[in-house]
Amino acid sequence: MNARLYILQRGTAAIMAPLVLLHIAVIFYATHKGLTAGDILARTRGSVAWATFYGVFVLAISIHASIGVRTILGEWLGLRGRARATVAFGFGLLLLMLGLRAIAAVVLP
Amino acid sequence: MTMQTTAHRTNVLWLAFLVHRLSGLALAVFLPFHFLVLGLAISGEASLDGFLRWTDQPLVKLSEAALVGLLAVHMLGGLRLLTVENLGWFSGQRRLAWIAVIVAFIAAFAFLISVFK
Amino acid sequence: MWRGGSDGRYVDYDVPQRDSQTVLDVVTFVQRNIDATLSYRFACRVGMCGSCAMTVNGRPRWTCRTHVSKVAKGGKLKIGPLANMPVIKDLAADMREFFQKWQNAKGVFAPSKTRKDPIAPIKPDDPARIAANAGIECINCGVCYAACDTVRWNKDYLGPAALNRAWTLVNDERDAGQGARLAAVSAEGGCMSCHTHESCHELCPNSLNPTASIAGLKRRAMKAYVRGGE
Repeated sequence: MNARLYILQRGTAAIMAPLVLLHIAVIFYATHKGLTAGDILARTRGSVAWATFYGVFVLAISIHASIGVRTILGEWLGLRGRARATVAFGFGLLLLMLGLRAIAAVVLP
Repeated sequence: MTMQTTAHRTNVLWLAFLVHRLSGLALAVFLPFHFLVLGLAISGEASLDGFLRWTDQPLVKLSEAALVGLLAVHMLGGLRLLTVENLGWFSGQRRLAWIAVIVAFIAAFAFLISVFK
Repeated sequence: MWRGGSDGRYVDYDVPQRDSQTVLDVVTFVQRNIDATLSYRFACRVGMCGSCAMTVNGRPRWTCRTHVSKVAKGGKLKIGPLANMPVIKDLAADMREFFQKWQNAKGVFAPSKTRKDPIAPIKPDDPARIAANAGIECINCGVCYAACDTVRWNKDYLGPAALNRAWTLVNDERDAGQGARLAAVSAEGGCMSCHTHESCHELCPNSLNPTASIAGLKRRAMKAYVRGGE
């Protein structure tokens, strides 16, 4: 962990705090009557607002989680240097790609 | 066998760290699957709906409640750290750590009640 | 008690119990009456120097200030050298890396004046002075370093004592080495590696709070990074 990674991790954490609260609120609202795909998609299809909200969320979590995973790889699995950087970056990339794909799946008409 | 300090592991704030790390790890493992499920909508509404019917099982609902709890405890613990690191030290860390866990439990429990009604 | 180097083992000794006996008394009894080859460190015997720090029942502490009656479980004690440091022999740990990290964190005062300059007037109620005072009672006993899991898991981590000292110097307006110091504590293994376990705060025999000092360093390092625009 160094200054740049630290700022990225704390910064994305701060950005996500309000996003997580909203996300939990959405979870409660969406699930309390029984969750159906129809309900979800009726909200998200063609919505620029949801696309932006989840777009920012996915970008932030990809950075935040990959840095966290990097720390665990170093401290608990003893990985260092390029090996650690590759795995952590790869995980971040995976989250970003799957996350953007998921947003496209529910937003694009 | 080298020396090991073990007595500190009953310190509440050390446990708060462990909860924070393990909850983050669990969420990190969960996320790719979460994104893959939502991606089912690419194959159409029926595909996503089929999976959602599978999640109606009580055991799945229990796991979902656990996830809500993990997300809440990870965020609240993180907020405690952000406060200490940016607004300066303050006493009462232990109390805050406990509050984070309790609020997370309440959130998970509220979710459980809401989906089992 | 631990006997030998890193490949040693625990050996049992029977020691008569006495009133107000400290763990250091127990170690001394063994060395004087049972096995003269036992190696251990102590100096002042009165809780001022920190030399007698050892791991007692899984917790690093000053043995001269630990009453046997308070820690012995069923009349038994488990005593070993400090953790997170290589064992030299028996109860003596190799503290060279601990002190090297102190240097690496720039925990050394860098003077800015000569004896010909007037003395710098430092007000005791100056916030920076108060912050520095909160951490300067450190006597490098190594208990916090031995207690820290981040030190254990991350060999680059400078550790609570070194960073605490760096923080006291960051708050010393007479010091001329702040640039190099902030760079040293912001690098890999610096203050950003601290996870706020607070084992250091919990176990420091002088009631210091390295976690708070490190949080302060994080703020300074972050500001410097953002301004420096690296």
